[in-house]
Amino acid sequence: MMDDCAAWAIETAKRRGASYADARVMDIRQREIAVKNGEVAALGESETLGIGIRVIASGSWGFASTDRLTREGVQACAAEAVAIAKASALAKRGDVVLAPETAHVDTWQNPFLKDPFRIPVDRQIELLLAADREMRRIKGITLAEGSMTFRRIEQLFASSAGASIHQVKMQSGAGIVATSFAGAEIQKRSYPNSFGGQHMLSGYELVESLDLVGHAPRIAEECVALHSAAQCPEGSRTIILGSSQLGLQIHESIGHPIELDRVLGMEANFAGMSFLTLDKLRKLKYGSEHVSVVADARLDHGPGLGTFGYDDEGVLAQCTPIITKGLFTGYLSNRETASAIGENRSNGTMRTESWNRLPIIRMTNISILPGSWKYDDLIADTDDAILMETNRSWSIDDRRYHFQFSTEIGWEIKGGKRCRIIKNPSYSGITTEFWNSCDAVCSREDWTLWGTPNCGKGQPMQTMGTGHGAAPARFRNIKVGVAFAK
Amino acid sequence: MTPPKSTRPIRRNGAAALKASDLERIAERVLRLSEADETEVEISAITDALTRFANNTIHQNVAEQTLSISVRAVADGRTARATTNKTDDDSLRRAADTALKLARNEPKYPGLLPMLGRQKYQKVARFFGATAAATPQDRAKAVSRVCRVAESRRQTAAGIFSSGSSQFLMANSKGLSARYEQTRAEFSITILEEHSSGWAKSNSPDIRRIEPDALAESASRKAADSRQPRESAPGRYTAILSPSAVLDLVGFLFYDFAGTAILDKRSCLSGRIGKKIFGENITIWDDAYHPLQTGAPYDGEGVPRQKILLVDRGVPKNLVYSRATAKKMKAKPTGHGFSLPNEYGEAPMNLVFAGGEATTDDMIRSTERGILVTRIWYIREVDPYEKVLTGMTRDGTFLIENGRVTGGIRNFRFNQSIIEMLANVETLGPAVRAAGEESFEMVVPAMKVHNFHFSEVTKF
Repeated sequence: MMDDCAAWAIETAKRRGASYADARVMDIRQREIAVKNGEVAALGESETLGIGIRVIASGSWGFASTDRLTREGVQACAAEAVAIAKASALAKRGDVVLAPETAHVDTWQNPFLKDPFRIPVDRQIELLLAADREMRRIKGITLAEGSMTFRRIEQLFASSAGASIHQVKMQSGAGIVATSFAGAEIQKRSYPNSFGGQHMLSGYELVESLDLVGHAPRIAEECVALHSAAQCPEGSRTIILGSSQLGLQIHESIGHPIELDRVLGMEANFAGMSFLTLDKLRKLKYGSEHVSVVADARLDHGPGLGTFGYDDEGVLAQCTPIITKGLFTGYLSNRETASAIGENRSNGTMRTESWNRLPIIRMTNISILPGSWKYDDLIADTDDAILMETNRSWSIDDRRYHFQFSTEIGWEIKGGKRCRIIKNPSYSGITTEFWNSCDAVCSREDWTLWGTPNCGKGQPMQTMGTGHGAAPARFRNIKVGVAFAK
Repeated sequence: MTPPKSTRPIRRNGAAALKASDLERIAERVLRLSEADETEVEISAITDALTRFANNTIHQNVAEQTLSISVRAVADGRTARATTNKTDDDSLRRAADTALKLARNEPKYPGLLPMLGRQKYQKVARFFGATAAATPQDRAKAVSRVCRVAESRRQTAAGIFSSGSSQFLMANSKGLSARYEQTRAEFSITILEEHSSGWAKSNSPDIRRIEPDALAESASRKAADSRQPRESAPGRYTAILSPSAVLDLVGFLFYDFAGTAILDKRSCLSGRIGKKIFGENITIWDDAYHPLQTGAPYDGEGVPRQKILLVDRGVPKNLVYSRATAKKMKAKPTGHGFSLPNEYGEAPMNLVFAGGEATTDDMIRSTERGILVTRIWYIREVDPYEKVLTGMTRDGTFLIENGRVTGGIRNFRFNQSIIEMLANVETLGPAVRAAGEESFEMVVPAMKVHNFHFSEVTKF
């Protein structure tokens, strides 16, 4: 059926005058479970099937999508895409040019052990309720929450150039949150991360590996302890970021500014632009020598939310060096923007949320490469610092220069030892100054490929999952405490 | 009174159209196929199109049509939901069976109430034929015009022009039947110069109320007026916030007015209901029937929406309640519940502020030293109880000295308690329908606020 729909779409688009056409037929199934204070709060499944058709006609882009997958419905949708492209040409400055790409014919599926949709839902609920019970055993917890999300995406990409790529991706995610309200303060701890926990291209084995029940008492105790902890000081300090927080720091201050559509002004009205103007490529000292970052969509990098066989315009998954020992060395591109800046190939970052959205440049797995420090050695080597873990708030300007983050919890590091808890930790800075202040990154042993499931971009808005490999890292002379300054 | 049946078709790629009667037939089939104790079906049929421009040219131009059929099953005090976009009998039966199977495999919901029977709804008219009929050519012509103007001024335009229509139907096995239809149109434009930018945005169910040329002119002027921005020291300033900026800030406050948020002890209003925490000049309603509002006259369970006075002259007075929350809190449902089952309960979504009479020029003239803010961006909650938010200014930030705008300044980061902000409002403009980026549209005024905390400055 998918093949037929794609063929009808491409044939009609060509007949109507398209010089290029591609079609994505996507079948997405999702299960969501949420528990709260001992009860099931949400339970549902959804499925959606449709086709998105992208064409170039009269030198301009058009895109239309439909869930009417009859021959008549698909052909009408393809005709609409061509008509839209011709309307786009009313305000064009030049013809769209695409960098070349082989017309791949292939199939790809991420490996997983346990299909989460075949695990009985009562077992999944019971696991979350057990973690919920453990959190509520701790006096002072006023809200306990847990959630699981599973997504299976089957898609066929076909193009007028002859590509035909069938892919199946299975995603799993789970996490728990303890919240405590006391006095005039609400404190929160999440495990294994905020944003619904950890998310990967994986089966149910990911959920089983997290040991939500085992970690529930610890995060609940930490949450309550935050009320009586010392406030994060204001000033300039050494900080050590836990790996999930560093993952989000990479996402916001490296992943977004390297998107070539932002750099070229295409996102200026909403997501914004980038300080990484084209003159900075292979010239800007983005970070210190300890900072090497890649954009890697290949399975070799790990089963991240940015892992796939081919992107959503049929380009093979690749690994691109983004920062090489501190030097800025690469953008995220697609076939159109690669051509616009004179590159001879897209590095494969076009992704779409669903069949009804146009693929746009998105992060794949944007990861810092592991350093050489063992975590215990890093702590022992640090005289005076604040260790910050698990994101609580995040904000950055529309060119990705000035950021401010706060985390759920911090610890004072004194004389090489982790000491008392610090509450309301926050830090802020300018992107390049921050990355140049990095003097240590922990090794592969402490490196985790985190999943960020909620990255918003585009008009209409699309939500995408991205991957970020990170290990704890140390930064010198960072401004802390501004977020809570009176 | 049941709203009159619509005969308007939803345009579906120029092929056979889905009419309201088609949605009714799908609902009837779902209710017939379901074996649950009680069944609810929500159907939405949406057609949307969006023309996107940047660098003075159209670079994306999209259209979509989506159908969603969402089935909620109740079995022995348990409830769950399954959603599909396929309309054949097998798919509808599978959705109904999946919802039932999920429900049978979970523990009982202690607070689950029987589904509602037939209700009466107040009529709202938010479907405009001119919007539904807008074509890619119509949007491209307007975009082409504003791009040419930008180009003639050596400026660069980026933005969107979108239009679309939706039909919604809710029905259940107890006889409830609710329908709603609306159109929407939106134009947003950023005008860029080398070191400055300006922005303007508007939306309405009626595309004839969208004025692309006037919005482009406003954005162009802001970009020109903020050329060569200077750096001002961070600190506490008097801030004059556009309605869009106010909307994006106060939007973070209103989920705290949910009864469920109070029960969960995650509301900043815990311990503050009935206390004067905002200024005397702050009065806020939730009013789905206000002429500048949009949205259905019923909530996610089919309860008719009520007009609720949330804040009366600085005092938070009332919360909103779904049926289950109302029962727990010994209150009456207000028609603000989300579709079941959900974690959040309810929230007010049709906010209307009492406005004032001051123009932005009046506010500027009365300000010795202050900051004029066009747009704010990437707002996140820092402290959930004191309701401290952080974010950045963007696309037109100006310094005011001695009653006049003296030029553009580099963008600020702010860390500001919204509770404190609404206690520090000196002057209000007229309440208008505003559009922002981080919150739903509301009817809200421009505000002049003292002691607004701009904590750091960025590089542009």
